[in-house]
Amino acid sequence: MRARRLAALLRKEALQVVRDPSSIAIAFAMPLLLLALFGYAVSLDARNVRLGLVVEASGGPARDLISRFAQSEYFHPVLYRHFAAAEADFLAHRLDGILWLGADFEQRLAAGETAAALYLNGVDANQARLVAGYVEGAWEHWRAAAGRAGAVLVPRIWFNPAAESRHFLVPGLVAIVMTLTGSLLTAMVVAREWERGTFEALLATPLERGALIAGKLLPYFALGMASMAVVVAAAVAAFGVPLRGSLGVLGGVAALYLLACLALGLAISAATRSQFLAAQVALFATFLPAFMLSGFLFEVAAMPAPVRLVAELVPARHFVALLQSGFLAGDVPALLARHGLALAGEALFFLALALRAMPRRLA
Amino acid sequence: MTRLWALVVKELRALLKDRRARLILVAPPLMQLFLFAYAATFELERVPIAVWDEDGGREARELLARFAGSPHFAIRRQLHSGHEVAALLDQGEVRAVVHLAEDFGARLARGEVAPVQLLLDGRNSNTALLVQGYAAEVVARFAARGGDGAPGLTVRSWYNPNLESRWFFVPGLVAVLSFSLTLVVTALSVAREREAGTFDQLLVTPLSSWEILAGKSLPGVVVGMAEGTLILVAALLWFRVPLEGSLAALYLGMVLFALAAVGVGLMISALAVTQQQALLGAFLFLVPAVILSGFATPIANMPEPVQWLTRLDPLRYFLVVVRGVFLEGAGVAALADQYWPLLPIALASLAAAGLLFRRRSS
Repeated sequence: MRARRLAALLRKEALQVVRDPSSIAIAFAMPLLLLALFGYAVSLDARNVRLGLVVEASGGPARDLISRFAQSEYFHPVLYRHFAAAEADFLAHRLDGILWLGADFEQRLAAGETAAALYLNGVDANQARLVAGYVEGAWEHWRAAAGRAGAVLVPRIWFNPAAESRHFLVPGLVAIVMTLTGSLLTAMVVAREWERGTFEALLATPLERGALIAGKLLPYFALGMASMAVVVAAAVAAFGVPLRGSLGVLGGVAALYLLACLALGLAISAATRSQFLAAQVALFATFLPAFMLSGFLFEVAAMPAPVRLVAELVPARHFVALLQSGFLAGDVPALLARHGLALAGEALFFLALALRAMPRRLA
Repeated sequence: MTRLWALVVKELRALLKDRRARLILVAPPLMQLFLFAYAATFELERVPIAVWDEDGGREARELLARFAGSPHFAIRRQLHSGHEVAALLDQGEVRAVVHLAEDFGARLARGEVAPVQLLLDGRNSNTALLVQGYAAEVVARFAARGGDGAPGLTVRSWYNPNLESRWFFVPGLVAVLSFSLTLVVTALSVAREREAGTFDQLLVTPLSSWEILAGKSLPGVVVGMAEGTLILVAALLWFRVPLEGSLAALYLGMVLFALAAVGVGLMISALAVTQQQALLGAFLFLVPAVILSGFATPIANMPEPVQWLTRLDPLRYFLVVVRGVFLEGAGVAALADQYWPLLPIALASLAAAGLLFRRRSS
């Protein structure tokens, strides 16, 4: 009897999902759009840095240095004879930086003094720091090639040898996409039922609260898992991101995360009971933290301690850590234990919250 | 005119009607500002590293002391063999391992090239590159010690000499947060009335489409500008980001930007039948708009066709205005190229919204 009721509710909820084009759009169009943006458009790797080279010196060492910049894939060098001309272009944002080799470049170099100056636009601090790193690298290589011995750094980057930002961004994107379907869509849909009074009608049926919640959540669970599968397949097939961990672990972790998201969405909808408020709260409580505090783009370890604490409470932070490892490094038991347990705990907490927010009877 | 005024008052009342509604306009954006201003940083301090010194001589110890003394690194582990390296990096316990081979000191003494191997965790490629840069600096200073002189190259950053990411992100948040709020509020405004059926009532009043459009957009502009001002004040008083340029230049940009945001929001709202669709539409616009705006990742790194697409993004222009006014001390003249593209975006989207109001309700 109970099973039949649940089945009837499930059928009704599933039909509601399938017949609303906007749910399908959130679950499939949005993920593919995001994937295209992050896989193709966004890159943290500076390429074609427009570097102004002010060369007042004319000797062999200066020419050698210039040719190094011309050959590098990172730079798009522009030559100047005078600093003033380069400065004007720099101020007008036509250059990203200026490397100034003065007329006494060779003498100073020979004397072991500071021979060149690099000017950067520091407004985008991260970009400035990366460009400074590239120029210093080219400079060091040039000096080493000129026969200078001593300690040299030989870096080797594990898991992502070319340090491609795409390999770092796309795995985290799975979390962003699932947050959209899991929390935002659920919060809106259930809030609409509250607004229209159909939820109260459901409460009047003999269904238990647990069955009611299960019936509400399962169709969105299926939708969320499907959109995850689409993103993972596209990440591997279209963008060549390696998947070194096992699919089973990935699926299990994703299911835990989705459960936490769905419960949170349900709690938001029950607490606000208005689509407008639910949308606002869901945006600020789920999507933006998943974007900013999860380690998807910004390193959690670099945040100040109070913010790190808040980040620990965001389910996406644990999921993103597992995704980045699962894709690039493989299944690491220690990480799985730490973040998997945190995810499970959060899923349970949000489920309890959703149950509490859902009234047994109407006031 | 009185009719229009009445509509504006009604719209503002609908937005500010109860405590919950007012709270949702003020509290979450401020919370986001504080959280994100502290979260959105690429600077790394005390990165946990491990060192594996097979040499153990004086030179090797001196180099490692320089790593220990750098504010960017914190040495967590001293390794005695190579087989711990993989586990440490896998588990993320350390971000990098510095390895000196047995002959490090001997090579230096013979005047040869002495490699300093650095193994990095590449899961976050940006972090890996930054850590590599910090390590290169330490090694370069070590190599240049004594008679060999300075590293030979000095680096100076204009406008933001200490390269603080917060100076870059906080002005950006003025734009992003006021944009998302304005967009969501306006996108839901018409759709909410459509769902409740009150929009049809509004259409049968003597108000013309253009009056309804003005009545719907003015409150959006007011909310957007108020939000922007709120975050601006917080940026100045709390985060102490220097404001080098003129407020007039900033507010000229903000008016145009708010108009464009409201136009896009209303256009989405006019197209949508339900609030859910309106929110989805707002999202489908908001997310790419933020990502392609240059807020977090530079437009110059994007492929050519995508760069062209960013020209349709109002956020892109306002970000340049905010950052220019804050950090570079830009005035109205220097920002003219950012102002004018906002105008066609605002006009086109507002006109489209006005036309769609009546079409959709038939």
